[in-house]
Order: sequence, then structure tokens, then C-alpha cells
Amino acid sequence: MTLTTLAALVPALPFLASIAGMLLGRRAPGFVQPMAVLPTLASFVLAVIVAVRQGTGPATDVGTRLTPTGSVPVDLALHLDGFAVLIAVLVGLVATCVQVYSTGYLRDDPRYPSYAALVSLFTSAMMLVVYSGDLMVLLVGWEVMGICSYFLVGHYWETPEARSAAVKAFLVTKLGDVPFLIGIFALAADAGTFRINGILTTAASGGLHHPTVIALLLLAGIAGKSAQFPLHTWLPEAMAGPTPVSALIHAATMVAAGVYFVARLLPVFMLSTAALAVLAAMAAITMIGSALAALAQDDIKRVLAYSTIGQLGYMTAALAVGNRSAAVFHLLTHGAFKALLFLGAGVVIHAAGTNSLAATSRMGDLRRRVPDAMWTMGIGLAALAALPPFSGFFSKESVLRAAEDAASGHVGHVPSAIGWTVLVAGLLTALLTAAYATRLFLLAFLGSAPRIAEAPEGGAAHDAHAMPPVMITVLWVLAIPSLALGVTGGVLPAWFDGTPLTPTLATSVLGIGLALVGVLTTYAAWRAAAARRAALAAPPAHTEIEPAATEAYAIAHHEQVYGDIAAAADPADPGRLLLGRLHRHAAHGFHLDAVYTALFVRPVLAAAGLVRFLDREVVETYVQGAGATPGLLGAIVRRVQTGNVQTYLSALLAGAVVLAVLVAAGA
Amino acid sequence: MHLGYPAVLAVLLFCVGLYGVLARRNAILVLMSVELMLNAVNLNLVAFDVWLRDTLHAGQALTLFTITIAAAEIGIGLAIVLLVYRNRGTSDVDKLTDLADTGTEPDSDSIAPTTDNAAETAADQALPAGGQTA
Repeated sequence: MTLTTLAALVPALPFLASIAGMLLGRRAPGFVQPMAVLPTLASFVLAVIVAVRQGTGPATDVGTRLTPTGSVPVDLALHLDGFAVLIAVLVGLVATCVQVYSTGYLRDDPRYPSYAALVSLFTSAMMLVVYSGDLMVLLVGWEVMGICSYFLVGHYWETPEARSAAVKAFLVTKLGDVPFLIGIFALAADAGTFRINGILTTAASGGLHHPTVIALLLLAGIAGKSAQFPLHTWLPEAMAGPTPVSALIHAATMVAAGVYFVARLLPVFMLSTAALAVLAAMAAITMIGSALAALAQDDIKRVLAYSTIGQLGYMTAALAVGNRSAAVFHLLTHGAFKALLFLGAGVVIHAAGTNSLAATSRMGDLRRRVPDAMWTMGIGLAALAALPPFSGFFSKESVLRAAEDAASGHVGHVPSAIGWTVLVAGLLTALLTAAYATRLFLLAFLGSAPRIAEAPEGGAAHDAHAMPPVMITVLWVLAIPSLALGVTGGVLPAWFDGTPLTPTLATSVLGIGLALVGVLTTYAAWRAAAARRAALAAPPAHTEIEPAATEAYAIAHHEQVYGDIAAAADPADPGRLLLGRLHRHAAHGFHLDAVYTALFVRPVLAAAGLVRFLDREVVETYVQGAGATPGLLGAIVRRVQTGNVQTYLSALLAGAVVLAVLVAAGA
Repeated sequence: MHLGYPAVLAVLLFCVGLYGVLARRNAILVLMSVELMLNAVNLNLVAFDVWLRDTLHAGQALTLFTITIAAAEIGIGLAIVLLVYRNRGTSDVDKLTDLADTGTEPDSDSIAPTTDNAAETAADQALPAGGQTA
């Protein structure tokens, strides 16, 4: 088969699988699991073959006219280059792992068929985004991912948290997508084509008239999809979905689509210094803010969610200094280790029966019960904290190196102020990232039961219920790239732009130093705080049911037990010690939701109340009046209807006489 | 003969008939009053036919026509009165007020059933009397 056919099959296979899954899911339950896993696996294998065949050669472009629209035509086009094929491999890998993991995680879920079909549809849409050479086709994949995210976040729609999270995720990303769509139209209007290559050619020849406006419009969509400040608030809430969904959509792939989009269209963004400055500021605020917030979260998945926001901030920061190789390199390693972390978190939540770090830090036996999760999550967290020799170290160093280059003014079009912003924010975030990664590990796995006896129910019941082996296997599969992907830093430039990605001495020393400071500080704080560990109300744990149900149960009960969905009043939390007074604000995402509530939600609700008042009191009055007046007239006329024929005849006669007199008088 | 005599006679007849229709309470007498009015009209028709010397005698033809229709009308009318009397035990026009709006039910939806019920109850009460007369 030709390269083009293979590449076309990559998005097509999961798409067909999702259609088949939706149609046959209920009728043939035996086929659901193979139909979910095998096409995704085949798609992954094909993506690998495509990557190998494409190699480091020149980009492959094929296209066929899809719709003659009359003005700007829409093409079904494939664009394969180093960025696209490698990201497709990552998407295929993570999607396959997630599908396999889900067979264990949601094994008793009655909605598993539709869940698996939606995950397949999502995979197909992401592949379409990655391979597409046409903005309109890319947009189709982009929006399909959005709607899949909505359905999958709302998988446990019985719980109010999941319902509101799904609506929030959908609305916030759509808020970014509207300017995004306008930006695409503006871009196509200037370039005269939706083909990305054509747009890039126009951009290179200076054919774009308003690059700043276009870039800023597109950035709104990026901020929504990639969860960047100020549109990031949906991502922590989206953790109400099942863990595999968080791993696939909200960590490894969909949120990376925005980064990938900027990477594809980077020459357009490079035309506008203002857009780069906005991107850099957005990235810097996102990185630092999310890292602080991650340090204060109690829900293990929300820690990871904020860390995802922060790592996406690194990618956008790399793009802001004009280095897309570093951004995509970090995207690849982050995709691998963040998927690993989320899937590991799923195992932990299932084993512990709670998603609360305050509760797991009092269990003490988690490291014995789920040793695989401890080791693999340790690898993932080390990669997240950018400790050498894990993959995250190399990719983060490549970002820092790009920022250093820009700061020293070696990159054209990028002011050194942007470089300094990114560099300082990146280094600060490296410190904070190491701190929250360490905190997560210590609280999740190295907890110990408080002196007061633990709740008697425990051990035996937990051990009786073994972890599904597929879930553990997947963790180890994902641990390999998390561990080893970093060494590809020397090879990748040939696939990408040719920018060197290996760490430099200065940033390495700084980065490692800060990461170690973060780790050690948190460890010290943990030891110091351990003395204050006391028994704490723990959410009721249900581990004997299937993992997904355990998680749904844990999410639904966190707020009841701790009075808050994000934080827990745990004095032994090292994050509380480190953040001090900031902790309360960080736990609530610096009250950004409250600000949005005050700025947008309340005015909208007030306007809705006004409309309701106008409708109920004003319009309704007219309607009522229109009905009541004839009724009143009717009541008067009804009195005349006595039923006596002679009365009627008398009235008739009187009328006739009156008419006759009138006619006579008139004549 | 002067036109005035038949005309005045017709007016008198019509007024007597009109009075009967509006004032009598017995349905039979109301019908008879209607006949009086019709005959007043007939009288006019014939009188004016003569006075106008109409070659086609349209007035006389119309009179024949009216007489025929009046016969048919009185036949149906008497039959109705007879049936009403059998059912209700009375032919008093003042008491035949089923079409009156009692005003208890304001909305139009429930008027029809209420009237039906009223008619039924009235018929039920009247049945024994009607049965006796029959």
C-alpha cells in the first residue's frame, strides 16, 4: 500500500470502529471489546509504519478537492512531516493503552459500548487533526474532539459534578472556538486557500494583511482547547470523567491539539510580535499559577490536571519563543508520562477507594498493595519533575534552551524580553513542579497510618479483590517511553526543524538544581508536617466494585466529606506548609471561577431573570388581556341569551323597526 | 275597490299575528299567529297584483307559493310542538329555554356537557308526564 493509503487508514479505522460500536454495541456485547481495541491497535501500527516510511524525508502532501465552495475551496488533504507522524504515533500509543486499560477499568460498566465507541471516535478525530493539511478538515476533527470530550466527561451523568463539568468543558472550549473559527476565515480570506501549505507560503511572502488580529483570534481557540489561562478552568473540572478519559483526552492528546495547531501555523504567529508576547504572557501565568494550584489540590487527579495545564504552558512557552521542535518534543514526552500518571492514578484510586491525598496519606499500605503503580508513577513523576535521566528532563531542557536562546537575542523576530519571561517562568515552574510531584508521590504512596488505630475494615477485603492485570501491564508499557524517550533528543532534530534539542550546561545545572531544591524542600516539609498527622475523616471506600464505579463514587463523596471538591483540611499536607497563606487561594485555582461567576455568570443569570420577568409579567399580561377581554364581553352578551324565542323575536322586531326608521329618515 | 281597504286589513291582520307571536305562551297559538301574518302578506300580494294590473299575475302566483309553504311549515311546526309536548308535558314557550346560557360555566369547553346534562335531567323529569300523555 502506498504511504497515502496507509495514512488515510489511520483515522479511518477508529472511525469505522466507533460507528460499528455505536450500531452493534447493544446487540453484540461480545464484540465490543475487540471492536474497541483492535482497530485502535491497527491504527497505531499503521501510524508507526507511516512514521517509518515518512522518516526524515521531505514532507508528503496529497490532496483532493472535497467541496467547490464557490470562493475558498475545501480540500481533503494529508500533510505528513516529522511533527505529524510522530504525534500520530504518540496518539496511537496512548489511545491503544487507554482502550486496553478501559477493558479492565470499566469492565462492568453498562455504558461501556458507547464509551469505547466515543473513545474510538475521539482517536479518529485526533488523527485527522494531526494528519490534515487543510484547516477546514482540521476544524472538523477539532470540533469532533470537543463533543467527544463533552460526552466522556459526562460519562457518570448520574452525578451532578460530572454533568456540570461536562457542560463547563463544552461551553468554555466553545467560547474559544468562536474566535478561532473567525480567525480561520480571516486567514483563508487573506491566503485564498484553506490549505496549510498555501497559508504558510502566503505568510512567508507577506501576503497576510492583519497577522496580529488573526493570531490573537486563533490564540483564543488555542487557549480554550489547550487549557491555557484564562480559559483553563474547565480542565480541573473535567476530571469528573473516568480516569482513562482523563489520560487520553485531558492529558495526552486533545489538549495537545492546540499546541500542535500553533506549531503547524507558527510562521503566521511569528509575523506578529504582539501575538508572541500574548502567548508568552499566557504561558507564564499558566505555568506558575497552575503549579501553585497543583501544590494545593487534594484530589489526586486534580493535581495531575493542574500539572497538565502547567506542562501545556511549557509547550506554548516554547512556541512563544519560536521553537516548535522543543514544543512538540515536550508534547511527545508529556503525552507519554502524563498518560502513565493518569492511568496510575486510576489504579491508586481503585486500590484506595478514594481520590483524596489526605486519605491516602493515612493508609500506609498502598505501596504494598499496588507496587506496580508506585514504581511506574514514580517514573512518571520523576519525568514530570524533570529529573535526569527521565524523558521529561530532556524535553523541558529543550524548552529552557529555546528560551535561553531567545533571551540572548539569537532568535530573529522574538524580542529577548519574551525569552526572559519564558525562561524565568520556566525555571520557577520547574521548582514548583518538582515540589508538587514529590508531594503527590509522598502522600499517595509513602503514607502511614496515624497512631490512632485505622478503621478496622481494610486489608483482607482489599487484597481479595485483585487489580485487573491489563491495567498493570499498560502502566509498564507506558513507563518505557516515559523513561527512555529523552534519549531521542539527539535524533529528533532530523525529523523536526533541525533545531538542536539537547540540553545545554547552564540550563541543565539550573534546572536540575531547582528540581532538587523543590524535591528536598517538599520532603523536608513532609517530614516536618508528619508529626501533625492526625486521624481525619476519610470518605467511605468502596473497592470491591469495578474501578470506574469506585472512582465515580469517590468523586461524588469528596465534597460531602471535606466540604470542598478540591481541598481537604489536612494539617499534615506539605503543600499547606509550603504555601502558607497562599494555600487557600491556590486550592481554588486563585478564585478564577469566582471571578468568572461574578463577571459573567451572575450578569447572565440577572439578564435571564430580567427576560423572565418581562416574559412573565409584561408579555404574559398582554396575552392574558387579549384572552380576558373577549371573555368579559362574552359574559355580558351571555346574559341576553335567555332561551326565550319570543324575546329574541322582539329584539329582532325592534331592530327591524329601528333600521326601517333610519332608512326612512335617511331617504 | 280602493286599495286602502285590503291594505289596512292586511296591516291589522299582521299586527294581530305579530302580537300573537310575541305575546302568546302556547306554542300552537304562536303557530296560528304566524299563519295570520302569512295571510296578511297573501292579502297584500293579491291586492297589489290587482292594483298593478300585472299581466303575469306574479302576486297571485307568489300567493299560491306562500300557501303551499305555509302548509308545509305548519305541518312540521305542529309535529315539533306535538313531540315537545310529549317529551316535556308542556307546550309553554316560556318554559322551553334549553338554549339559555345559565352562566354558571364561564369557559366554553364545559358549556356543551353542562347543557347536555341539563337537557337530560329536564327530559328525565318530563318523561313520566310525557308517558302519561302519550
